[in-house]
Amino acid sequence: MENIENLNNEQLMTEEFVINIGPQHPATHGVLRVEVTLDGETVKDILPHLGYIHRGIEKMSEHMGYKQSIYLTSRMDYLSAHINNHACSLLIEKACGIEVPERAKAIRLIMDELQRLTSHQLWWGSCAMDIGAVTPFFVGFRDRERILDLFEANTGNRLTMNYIVPGGVMRDVLPNFVSDVRDVIDEVKSNFKDYTKLITGNFIFRHRTQGVGYLTKESAISLGCTGPVARASGVQCDIRKLYPYDGYDKLDFKEITDPGCDSWARYFVRMEEMKQSIHIIEQLLENFPEGESRTKLKGVLRVPAGEYYQRVETARGELGVFMVSDGSTKPYRLKYRTPCFSNLGAVTAIGKGLKIADLMATMATIDLIVPDIDR
Amino acid sequence: MSKDELKNYLGQHFSEFSLTESFDFTELHVPKENILDVLKQLKESPATAFDFLFCETAVDRNPALELVYHITSTQYRHDLVVKTVLEDRENPVIESVYPLWTAAELYEDEIYDMFGIRFSNHPKLRRIMLTDEWVGYPLRKDYQDDKMIVK
Amino acid sequence: MDVKENVPEFPGEIYKDETGKTNFLVSSVDAVANWARSNSLWPLSFGTSCCAIELMSTVSAKYDWSRFGFEVMRASPRQCDLIIVAGTITHKMAPVLKRLYDQMPEPRYVIAMGSCAVSGGPFFYNSYAVVRGVDNILPVDVYIPGCPPRPEALIQGMMTLQEKIRKSKAYVIQKPHKEAI
Repeated sequence: MENIENLNNEQLMTEEFVINIGPQHPATHGVLRVEVTLDGETVKDILPHLGYIHRGIEKMSEHMGYKQSIYLTSRMDYLSAHINNHACSLLIEKACGIEVPERAKAIRLIMDELQRLTSHQLWWGSCAMDIGAVTPFFVGFRDRERILDLFEANTGNRLTMNYIVPGGVMRDVLPNFVSDVRDVIDEVKSNFKDYTKLITGNFIFRHRTQGVGYLTKESAISLGCTGPVARASGVQCDIRKLYPYDGYDKLDFKEITDPGCDSWARYFVRMEEMKQSIHIIEQLLENFPEGESRTKLKGVLRVPAGEYYQRVETARGELGVFMVSDGSTKPYRLKYRTPCFSNLGAVTAIGKGLKIADLMATMATIDLIVPDIDR
Repeated sequence: MSKDELKNYLGQHFSEFSLTESFDFTELHVPKENILDVLKQLKESPATAFDFLFCETAVDRNPALELVYHITSTQYRHDLVVKTVLEDRENPVIESVYPLWTAAELYEDEIYDMFGIRFSNHPKLRRIMLTDEWVGYPLRKDYQDDKMIVK
Repeated sequence: MDVKENVPEFPGEIYKDETGKTNFLVSSVDAVANWARSNSLWPLSFGTSCCAIELMSTVSAKYDWSRFGFEVMRASPRQCDLIIVAGTITHKMAPVLKRLYDQMPEPRYVIAMGSCAVSGGPFFYNSYAVVRGVDNILPVDVYIPGCPPRPEALIQGMMTLQEKIRKSKAYVIQKPHKEAI
């Protein structure tokens, strides 16, 4: 064995190695495979591999009628199921010129905002679990169950509801809906103290997320990021403010942006969004209108020929539905522009140069849902 | 700019290309050789500043293939749709817009996977949704697969 | 030594001597082994799509499944004896699932949760990339229908699996699996 001072760089060279994270992994939130090139513990290159849950929803929609292809949208981003159905319904109403009664619009918005709350509660629990704390996972799921009970009593299902349909909502809500929602909202408000004590004010959590995973404003715009990921880099892109639908322009709420650009900013933006959702629901409950809950549509639906585009704000960003119709009963081309597909580019851009543990913290705050990417 | 001002601007500066209206947006039809120059001009000119590509997709219009770009501006909040048509169905090739917007990388991978359109100057074109050994391009209208599809 | 009078799940007979104290526990090896196996099944954390959220709800506090012995949810297949396939299996994911199943040590069980795993579900017609039912790839023990099935339905499926294990033969000499990894 030679003296170690006499060895030159080529003999002492360390090599990079490539490992796979996923597809079956507890931290990827679905079946995402990330091929990571490592030098020690520093990430040199990231290559995501998708397609493990690609079910061909866009091709399937071309063989089914309009009302049938709506139920597939709840399975794309299943934590914003109401909002996905809302997007498709708005598109068809816009194209066919269907009027929606006021009560149906109010019910739709309340369901949307409750869905956003459940999605953020689940995100909070799994984000903390990825960073290492296990208790918030159980706390987040326990708090979410109260809202899911409300969904089940009114719509029939906890996760994939198919309640918002073209013309309104599927059936009217129960008679004591308003007081039920008020009770649930009061409980959620009192839970925020727990969240602060467990995670938001926690020294370890702050040190693991502040300064980690920096995404500049120009990168966020060039990558096409939307939702809390872009708002935490200072981009104003809330669809509820820019292109309001179904009555959002009459409500008073703030768009939360933060110039921080790191993981802590993305965390903070979502926590504040939960508070804004509660504020919106309280306003809607005050003047809850009476009336019909659905405009009946007769027969098989036919959409006039042309091209249409509809945007909504899901819990993860901007969902866009692009439809090309040739006047028949089936769509010619139906494309879903999903938010997580563009936010995946942010993982590749941020990840270079981080350590593996920081990469996990970053992916936790970007909040990817893999069936949304693959459709 | 509002919709009418945008139409006037495009009519002045891009008078050789045709403009149509769809239900929501204005559409600019560009032949495939000029697509990168036109998009570059739209992005870099300070009057329009289209810096956000929010959707890039393809539609199979038998026998041609059509590429659709949806762009918007974060500064002025106006939207535009740019379309181009590829006549050659066996071997469609077009330039990639990755140098302008990084978002195009994943969109163009998916279009290659589903339609078979190749993009030149793309950093790493690969099949992302389907396996590498898959034969055929599923979202084309003439795609047949008797083994997997149950009607 | 004194043993509790009523141990209803334990498959055995308790013999008392003249003083009323217990001296012998008599049972068959099969029954004891099945009792032990069924009460401590460790599942693999494998969830592909929406049914995985209902699986996580069953793990958490309201529909706690650790009361049944499924306390630990391991990430590595070498340490598990149950795989709950929750979600759609696609053409690209099928070899990965088979490889995970091959890596599990025997005895191993499979539960197909949700209609996508049972038969392809809502993606049965017109989809080009979905495997119609996970029993084309693995031998399934219990099928749980629903889209997604409620947490109580999943717990009933697990209890059915526990019943099935208690009635089976515990020690069977099997030929070694040819493609074991």
